[in-house]
Amino acid sequence: MTDTAALMPRRREVHPDPYYTDYKTSITRSPSLPLLSMESTPSEETGPRFGHNMLGALDNNLISNYSQGKALAVGERIRVHGRVLDELGRPVPHTLVEIWQANAGGRYRHIKDTYFAPLDPNFGGCGRTITDENGHYEFMTIRPGAYPWPNRANDWRPMHIHFSIFGHAFGQRLISQMYFQGDPLIDLCPIAATVRDRSQLDRLVAPLDMQNSRGMDYLAYKFDIVLRGRRQTMFENKPEGM
Amino acid sequence: MTQPLDIMVETPSQTAGPYVHIGCIPTFAGVEGVYPEDLGLSPIEDDAQGEVITIVGSIYDGTGWAMRDAMFESWQADAAGVYPGQDGADPKVTGFCRFAADKDTGEFTLRTIKPGSVKGRNGQVFAPHISIWIVARGINIGLNTRIYFDDEDNSADPLLARIEQRPRVDTLIAKKTGDGTYRFDIRLQGEGETVFLDL
Repeated sequence: MTDTAALMPRRREVHPDPYYTDYKTSITRSPSLPLLSMESTPSEETGPRFGHNMLGALDNNLISNYSQGKALAVGERIRVHGRVLDELGRPVPHTLVEIWQANAGGRYRHIKDTYFAPLDPNFGGCGRTITDENGHYEFMTIRPGAYPWPNRANDWRPMHIHFSIFGHAFGQRLISQMYFQGDPLIDLCPIAATVRDRSQLDRLVAPLDMQNSRGMDYLAYKFDIVLRGRRQTMFENKPEGM
Repeated sequence: MTQPLDIMVETPSQTAGPYVHIGCIPTFAGVEGVYPEDLGLSPIEDDAQGEVITIVGSIYDGTGWAMRDAMFESWQADAAGVYPGQDGADPKVTGFCRFAADKDTGEFTLRTIKPGSVKGRNGQVFAPHISIWIVARGINIGLNTRIYFDDEDNSADPLLARIEQRPRVDTLIAKKTGDGTYRFDIRLQGEGETVFLDL
């Protein structure tokens, strides 16, 4: 078993439907023809690596990284933490995790976001970290607000944090979203509903984690992420059929 | 009953949404000062070996509209066909680039070096190519495709060989437009739909 072994095929049935009519933009942005499937090749089995030395001290603290420590963002202080694992349950160490989110009022710092909730002068909305040797990561941030968005006449996004994860192979690349336990808007959201299997959607809902919270400071939410694994076999490098 | 398989399930994807740039290329998105610079600005450093090339293109939705909000990542081997991190790789090639469709025109530009052909398992050899991953609002799981080149010999490429409808091979091949310049358009749907990959 090496870092060059083939990737396990992606289980497309646990992922969202690419074409989902209640999420209108997906209608014209989903391929209509089948994907071309084959065993992974070196192009998917290798991938970019990023070193801890690229990180700034505040990169994983969205409460203070936009002001570079001069002032704090408004909102409910939370710690989001978890592990990055592969399908074999092994930790994925030293991999880049990036997040982005709306501010406490549900507004993104983006020219295209015209919602009238105000910008927070001390909140940028992005953060990044690299997992430790056990695959752990953590962020300090504020709980993002829910917000309305133009889809059907009255659609609202549940509170969520976007996650981007690399793994060690380009074929493991994944972007997803973390939702919050108990948010009633999850059940009404057409983007959440693109994941048809409710038990799979539940895996995107982070539980409140009081044991990892800190009194008079922050609440914690736990969010583990599973990336594609690699085939484990001793037969990998032998000629076909041997 | 049987033993449990003990295999975990990959975390489901969700769309990167319209604000993916805030998270991945914040300076480009106007969120300045959090990081010194955006990640993956260039897949090469000065003095990388090989031919410097520029690939320009657009990504079209099912109506033919050039999408303004897509973000791309590319991953490639060096000029000798060795991936960064592998033994003997060109230290001036990081191989990874992030780039976005222009917010006014929808056009994207990738400046890199042309990769070499790549050896796979069992003696397979892949023609020079760049792997592309595409995310945007409305794309529920990132789309994988590849850029090949029309001035290379693609006739024995094992991936292209698997495309049954031969005219569709063209959707993966960048067209040379000048000295070191290529055009590569991506169509998500409809006539000329790009071949997207599951590997």
